[in-house]
Amino acid sequence: MELLLDSLFNGVAIGSVLLVAALGLAIVFGLMGVINLAHGELMMLGAYTTYVTQLIFKLPILKPFYNSYIIVSIFLAFIVSGVVGILLEKTIIRKLYGSPLETLLATWGVSLILQQFVRSVPLAYGTGLIISLLIGLFLPTTFPSKIKESINFKYFKFSSWIFAALTGVLTGSVISSSVSKLSRASARNVDVTAPSWMRGQVEIIGTAFPKTRLMIIVITLISVIAITLFLNQSAWGMRIRAVTQNRQMSDCLGISTEKVDIITFGIGSGLAGVAGVAVSLLGSVGPNVGGNYIVGCFMVVVLGGVGNLLGTVLASFGIGIMTDLIGAGRLLSIWPDMPLPLSNTINFFATTSMARVMIFALIVIFLQFKPTGLFPQKGRMVEN
Amino acid sequence: MSLTKIKFDKKIVLSFWIILIALIIAAPTLLPVFRLNLLGRYLSLSIVALGVDLIWGYTGLLSLGQGIFFALGGYCAAMYLQITSSSEFPNNIPEFFALYGVEKLPFFWEPFRSPVFTFFAIWIIPALVAGLIGFLVFRNRIKGVYFSILTQASLLVFFNFFNGQQKLINGTNGLKTDVTQLLGQMVGSEYMQRIFFWITAVLVIAAWFFAKWVVKGRFGNILIGIRDDEPRVRFTGYNPVIFKTIIFSIAGGLAGISGALYTVQSGIVSPQFMTVPFSIEMVIWVAVGGRGTLLGAILGAVFINYAKSLVSEALPASWMFIQGGLFILVVTALPEGVLGWIQGDGLRNLLQRFGLKRKIETYPSLEVNNKEGNNE
Repeated sequence: MELLLDSLFNGVAIGSVLLVAALGLAIVFGLMGVINLAHGELMMLGAYTTYVTQLIFKLPILKPFYNSYIIVSIFLAFIVSGVVGILLEKTIIRKLYGSPLETLLATWGVSLILQQFVRSVPLAYGTGLIISLLIGLFLPTTFPSKIKESINFKYFKFSSWIFAALTGVLTGSVISSSVSKLSRASARNVDVTAPSWMRGQVEIIGTAFPKTRLMIIVITLISVIAITLFLNQSAWGMRIRAVTQNRQMSDCLGISTEKVDIITFGIGSGLAGVAGVAVSLLGSVGPNVGGNYIVGCFMVVVLGGVGNLLGTVLASFGIGIMTDLIGAGRLLSIWPDMPLPLSNTINFFATTSMARVMIFALIVIFLQFKPTGLFPQKGRMVEN
Repeated sequence: MSLTKIKFDKKIVLSFWIILIALIIAAPTLLPVFRLNLLGRYLSLSIVALGVDLIWGYTGLLSLGQGIFFALGGYCAAMYLQITSSSEFPNNIPEFFALYGVEKLPFFWEPFRSPVFTFFAIWIIPALVAGLIGFLVFRNRIKGVYFSILTQASLLVFFNFFNGQQKLINGTNGLKTDVTQLLGQMVGSEYMQRIFFWITAVLVIAAWFFAKWVVKGRFGNILIGIRDDEPRVRFTGYNPVIFKTIIFSIAGGLAGISGALYTVQSGIVSPQFMTVPFSIEMVIWVAVGGRGTLLGAILGAVFINYAKSLVSEALPASWMFIQGGLFILVVTALPEGVLGWIQGDGLRNLLQRFGLKRKIETYPSLEVNNKEGNNE
């Protein structure tokens, strides 16, 4: 019983990291048909946001609130990755709708640039850049409609970008002068230390669970519930679903598909940022941290069936539990006296990397029987 | 891709070939050893690029897992070299086995004692593996992006497997070839490297002719048909699965040859050949050179790698930015690649834009010519 619980918990813990990482991808891939290979790098930005927030909360002014930095950083990471995602959509992905292979290559290029950006730009100025992007993109939308409709709107827009750039430079230099760790570029990995209330373990039914793992499960749970509510209950969620089902018809009925695209991509990217916070709690944060997750995320989406959140949830927990069962060789302790050849095979695969080999092989075999995943989209098309 | 093929005079073609052959023969004397070695490596990479062009440019299958077949070819060649030059080590097996306490050559390496077997294994084993993977995927009509993701996943499977197996293939350290012997000569020696360069150059040309032959005629037409409208090909009575499997295993075989040549010239084969970035890079060589143009794939592979080594020597940090920018630029601005752009009306359009050439009046939009993916 205890063994089962332990295994289940470990599986759920692995699965929830996968789930929170794959959730944004599932939305972008499922609803928009865009392959975002930069998703891992958006996660990396989220993880770095956690690191920067942590250092800023160590400043004397914010010191009393230090314990709550992780909560704040979840929101900040959502905003940072979301803004970068929106910029990406506005500049590159918008041109490539309908050709997924092209988006795949272009977003891979973006991921390379983001990786190198983190390596060669000091984080303080990176923060400044993000802030100026945020202001530049959102300030014009807050203007009163009188200004928005006037012919001179472009000048207002332009001046708001100048204001944004100045604010960005200012924040960048303020941060870089007050936090010395952020003022130099470095390719080295950094570490996020969890606040004291998150360290240690909790005991449930005689088994000890690390608190960080529980925190990740909570983050995942909240993200899944929030995104389900958003898609099913809010007006914009309804518009997103409408555009997913029939783009042209929604366009005819007056839904701004352009705005829907931006919002969908922004939310998907923002979720990547939230996943980044979760990832930063697990280990050190480096420019390559996203690359470790991206293929696993895609497998979750493919296995779950495209455009189906329930499938994504089941697939990620399934993969998580299987990884734990195979990778830790738990089958052997559940059934100790199995025949020798079988137990040798299980021992052969009982490492993290060999477990991955096994899992991917199993997924490929599974797709032989259900090529469109657990929950395929219904329809009678020649394509798909 | 509306390609108006430029027809060359026979004399020009002949003199082009004579110059090319003269350059290949003279290259070892013209270039310093280091540069010659680099050029040889990049030429061998252009063979894998040809394979990528066949499956992506002509058939529309974007494989992100060509590194598997590349590395398999490399491992076959490297293991043969290691085994043949292991006579002075204990048990007559390569040195690294002793580190992990292996006393007998694993059974699947036994056939690699024979040079004839190795010669065939280098391209047949990758082709068979590619055929198997391809058949399993294509049989279920998995295509497009799903195909790309699955090939990437299989790449990771192979990477993790090769990375973890110290006892069988020396794991993450890889197999070194430069201190092994071939025909009484050290593989890493200047003399052998020169010969490898010539072999590579000849094989690139041979592979080019082979690829040209493959895409010519009805077989090539069906490939292009699959790329442009697969259901229609199926409804016409052809079975796309067979054609896709064949072309995918051809590309796999080419990748294997390329990997073997690259291994003997770079001196090592390791699981690093199976990392995700390397396989995606192969795609970008073809994309920049011009997909659907075979020459473009070769030129793309050689020039981008050459640029990479030059830029990395001068400004190590900036190559990632340049490479990332290339990906974005090629996809958004030059979807047909440089050669496709030149063969199309790119040059003339550019001149017209600057007013250097008179604009030719045509119908505002003849859809047949504008639509992407219209090759003939």
